[in-house]
Amino acid sequence: MPTTLAMAEASPAKRLSAVVQAAAIPAAAIAVSLALFGVFVGLFGANPIQVFHQMIRGSFGTWFSFQNTLQRSAPLMLTALCTALPARLGMVIIGGEGALVLGGLAAASVAYLMPASSPLTVKVMMVAGGLLVGGLWIGLSAALRAYRGVNETISSLLLNYIAIAILNFLVEGPLRDPASLNKPSTPPLADDVMIGSLPGLDVHWGLAFGLVFCVVTYVLMDRTVFGFSARMVGGNVRAAQLSGLRVARLMVVTAFVAGGAAGVAGAVEVAAVQGSANASLVAGYGYSGILVAFIARHNPLAVIPVSLLLGGIGASGGLLQRMFHLPDAAVNVLQGILFITILFSETYQGRRLVFKRRPVAAPMPKAGNENMVSA
Amino acid sequence: MTPELVADGTIMTGFWGVILAVLAGAIRISTPFLFVSLGECLTEKSGRINLGLEGTLVMGAMGGYGVSLYTGSPWLGVLAAGVLGIALGALHAWLCSRPKVNDIAVGIALMIFGVGLAFFLGKPLIKPSAPHLPAIPLGAWSSFPQVRAALNINILFVVGIGITLLVRWLLTRSRWGLVLRTVGESANSARAMGYDVNRVRLIATMCGGFLAGVGGSFLSLFYPGSWNEGLSSGQGLMAVALVIFAKWDPVRCLWASLLFGGASALGPALQSVGFNQGYYLFNAAPYVLTLVVMIATSSSERALAGQPAELRVAR
Repeated sequence: MPTTLAMAEASPAKRLSAVVQAAAIPAAAIAVSLALFGVFVGLFGANPIQVFHQMIRGSFGTWFSFQNTLQRSAPLMLTALCTALPARLGMVIIGGEGALVLGGLAAASVAYLMPASSPLTVKVMMVAGGLLVGGLWIGLSAALRAYRGVNETISSLLLNYIAIAILNFLVEGPLRDPASLNKPSTPPLADDVMIGSLPGLDVHWGLAFGLVFCVVTYVLMDRTVFGFSARMVGGNVRAAQLSGLRVARLMVVTAFVAGGAAGVAGAVEVAAVQGSANASLVAGYGYSGILVAFIARHNPLAVIPVSLLLGGIGASGGLLQRMFHLPDAAVNVLQGILFITILFSETYQGRRLVFKRRPVAAPMPKAGNENMVSA
Repeated sequence: MTPELVADGTIMTGFWGVILAVLAGAIRISTPFLFVSLGECLTEKSGRINLGLEGTLVMGAMGGYGVSLYTGSPWLGVLAAGVLGIALGALHAWLCSRPKVNDIAVGIALMIFGVGLAFFLGKPLIKPSAPHLPAIPLGAWSSFPQVRAALNINILFVVGIGITLLVRWLLTRSRWGLVLRTVGESANSARAMGYDVNRVRLIATMCGGFLAGVGGSFLSLFYPGSWNEGLSSGQGLMAVALVIFAKWDPVRCLWASLLFGGASALGPALQSVGFNQGYYLFNAAPYVLTLVVMIATSSSERALAGQPAELRVAR
């Protein structure tokens, strides 16, 4: 993203105004989409004010509902990174769902294959297995793009369907627990290898993983030479190639980290929520993650609050269904409206609507050039 | 796709049973592929990718089923599905015509929106049974029930073949097609010649949406022939890959759709003859096939044959 490159060299005041604007436009878009959603539910006989009131109650209003929101936001943070990080290099990857499913499957397989190991080893290996498998899955998509020119959006999407087929094959066949009759699953995890809750909270450790991943990848993408090189690929591939960057490697490594994040989400889903790998892994977290990434404008730090917002919307879905008899897909409709409005608002980014100032022509930052030589 | 939908009364068994089931599936399952891929082909020829056709397909399936249920006429359902497709196509084109809005991202957004809206509005349609589209019993001469079932061809499939030829004629032989291809090859040249690029793309995307919506109505009004939330297994998205496979040629889209239909029928066909090993892996056959085809035909050095140049710039 060229704007962020230029931002790094701007004065603190300009930087602040750019950050404020980058955040204010999505915030306005969110407000507009909520208003549109209010009209929509109004058409179906629900009172919009009451709907919003209940949505707030069901997401952030009580300690119980807030913990539910936190719990739901954890996988969203991780799957959002799966789209957000490659987007910094100009790749649109939508394979978070597949990476999550395979990450969960890997965690369940690890627990199945290491029955004699100590619980801590199993826990670490489950998360590592999820990271590795998810990373390889999305890394494959990026490698196909980098070395064969295969469209990464389509390939990552096809990989979603292939991952789900692998899940179905394994839980219906080789890894099936004979005791799981109605819902084919892998053998359940032993209680002592389940990843528990964060101290003092009713929220599992996935939240910590999500926060750590967001912060670490933010530092990686915005504060290191690697991240600078990656963003340069996103800004102009030709320029990156001409300055000697190994574009293909940057793409594959970034995609590995991105897919690893989604894989960890799957591992946590198995090791902290489901207790085994089954069809419940295919819950649409991967697709919601795409939305989170776009609202957060592919900034890993912004992914955190946006995940909370989307997690809150998800958490309030059940209440909407019970109180207003709206179909559970109401949440999906709101997500769709949000996504469309956010993309529409991109038009206004960088136009400096409020902060009147002449558009600054951004020359290549000097420090950046030195970085490029050393990279 | 559930197995019992394909295995209708298995008497003919063994190798020929599988072949017949795959051929029958090729004709039956290919129709939505054909319509969506023709729509996508038309849109992409104008220089834009519409990934939202999956949402259009599901909306078409829901809307077509609902209208068929309430009016009693499945053909009105098909028409309604097409009109919904036009609306979603217009939304896509309008959003993409704004500066700095990425067509791929808009496609993903419309996919989420279309599928969500269809599930929301379609809740009351899951139970009731709507009148179906009629079929032509071309297999009436045969004493084998499978042959009769396989040749029970829906009119929409025949219409699809007609539209294939029409789209090909439009693109290669008509003035309108020439303008469309100019816009897809070089928007600047088209602009210099005085054509309104956004308007041409709007029309192309709306036509593409119409076809995708009609393809969706086939799902709910003929095969599998009911409305539920698991109706589409990503046909709308695979159509995008299929267009690449077909090198942006409508007639090749037809062959590719038949191939994909056959691949989709492989798993259920094998299961119907008692070959259960890896049933779920065979379900992945169309996706693996798409991926393999894309790997085989893509190249990092040269552009794909037949690809509109504006799509290359967009990448």
